[in-house]
Amino acid sequence: MDIKKSIDDKTYKRQVKQKEPKSRLLKECAAAFLVGGLICVLGEALNDIGGCLKLDKQATDVFRSTALIFLGALFTGIGWYDVLGKFAGAGSIVPITGFANSVVSPALEYKWEGQVLGVGAKLFTIAGPVLVFGIISAVLVGLIYCIFG
Amino acid sequence: MGKRIGHRTVKFTNAPAIISFASAAGENEKKGPYGGYFDLTFDDGLWGEKTYELAERKMLTRVSQEALKKAGLTPADVSYMLAGDLLNQIISSGFAARALEIPFIGLYGACSTMAESVMLGAMLADGGYALNVLCATSSHFATAERQYRNPLELGTPRTPTAQNTVTGAGALVISAQKAGFPAVTFATAGRVIDLGINDVSDLGAAMAPAAAETIITHLEDTDRGADYYDYIITGDLGTFGSEMLLRMISGTGRDISANHRDCGVLIYGGDKKMGCGGSGCGCSAAMMCGYFLNEMKNGRINRMLFTATGALHSPTSMLQNETIPAIAHAVAIENGSVV
Repeated sequence: MDIKKSIDDKTYKRQVKQKEPKSRLLKECAAAFLVGGLICVLGEALNDIGGCLKLDKQATDVFRSTALIFLGALFTGIGWYDVLGKFAGAGSIVPITGFANSVVSPALEYKWEGQVLGVGAKLFTIAGPVLVFGIISAVLVGLIYCIFG
Repeated sequence: MGKRIGHRTVKFTNAPAIISFASAAGENEKKGPYGGYFDLTFDDGLWGEKTYELAERKMLTRVSQEALKKAGLTPADVSYMLAGDLLNQIISSGFAARALEIPFIGLYGACSTMAESVMLGAMLADGGYALNVLCATSSHFATAERQYRNPLELGTPRTPTAQNTVTGAGALVISAQKAGFPAVTFATAGRVIDLGINDVSDLGAAMAPAAAETIITHLEDTDRGADYYDYIITGDLGTFGSEMLLRMISGTGRDISANHRDCGVLIYGGDKKMGCGGSGCGCSAAMMCGYFLNEMKNGRINRMLFTATGALHSPTSMLQNETIPAIAHAVAIENGSVV
């Protein structure tokens, strides 16, 4: 028996595409919207707290970001963020808390390979590309701003 | 002596027998509908060890020792240990073999390893090259995740076709010419089949064509109908992969829908949290050495075709945009059919 004689790649791939279980887009978007929105509400609340503490705008920005990163790292450490992420998808990946999760989760994962070649080397396996392309974009935008601004 | 029949099948003339078997499983597998069948179970991924890799190694070592104990054998009685797993350089197997001190032949067939080891073990025993052969394999959710996918605590959702790597292991002992045990009667080696699927979250669909080809080749080579077997078992196609398998086989004019069972579908009993079902070497190994062989021993199953499937990709091949090559090996295991 030669399976390739009874079905070719193209037909098989088409059948797989047609038959495979689909994402429930509406439900997933709603979950992402809800959780992402709530994280943003939390950010706003932290802004207000910064205001109450009489911080200026720059200090409030730093306070808000740091607090969110801390919470993202904390919930990753106690094993809740991945549960949230499975439900919320992009809703919890995109905010800054997701960035904290993407750095803390490899730190936890690779601690057994040692502090230097484990944690040190693997810390940015997920977040690395975001940093690389983020910094490149910042430099490019800076250059454009410098030349034309 | 013609031991080869048809295109790719060998017939065992000396009835190599499966004289003992043992299985191990983790927490989620224990909670599943077949939880009661596993010999060794544990409630956390580490099983008292410092790392998940050590836990997997312990699982494979312990399950091998358990199979030997049930057979009343010591490692010195075993001619070869045939084992493999999913980790780079098959470290679980190599380190387990270090502890067991049995001559070791390392295998890599991804999740097809249980069938691959039974096929080769039966050949060694049938050919008179071994008295007793230990066949074993394992997989661990946490070790597989960190090698193939993302850190465990990373908050990313699963796609609808994804499967869950089973934390489990299975080991069995094949012995030459022992009556009164289930015997390996035929083995059909699979070819590597790749129909262009490149989604690592859809391994069931990538492996289904290989399973279909091996099953049909086996039936053609042995001139058996699908209904000859009580069960035609696949390793870890999951719900969607199984659907594609049945579709492909019915396209060739055969029907295995009544007696087909997939270990990946069975092991979690359709728990939605596990996606399309279980996967990994340990999935078919634990189900085979936990449930199916036990049913054979008790005479509730008499003939089964065990077809474990494996996806032969790696994280590197996926990053280099390769598609997923897959393989399936089939072994026929039958009660009371000493040739």
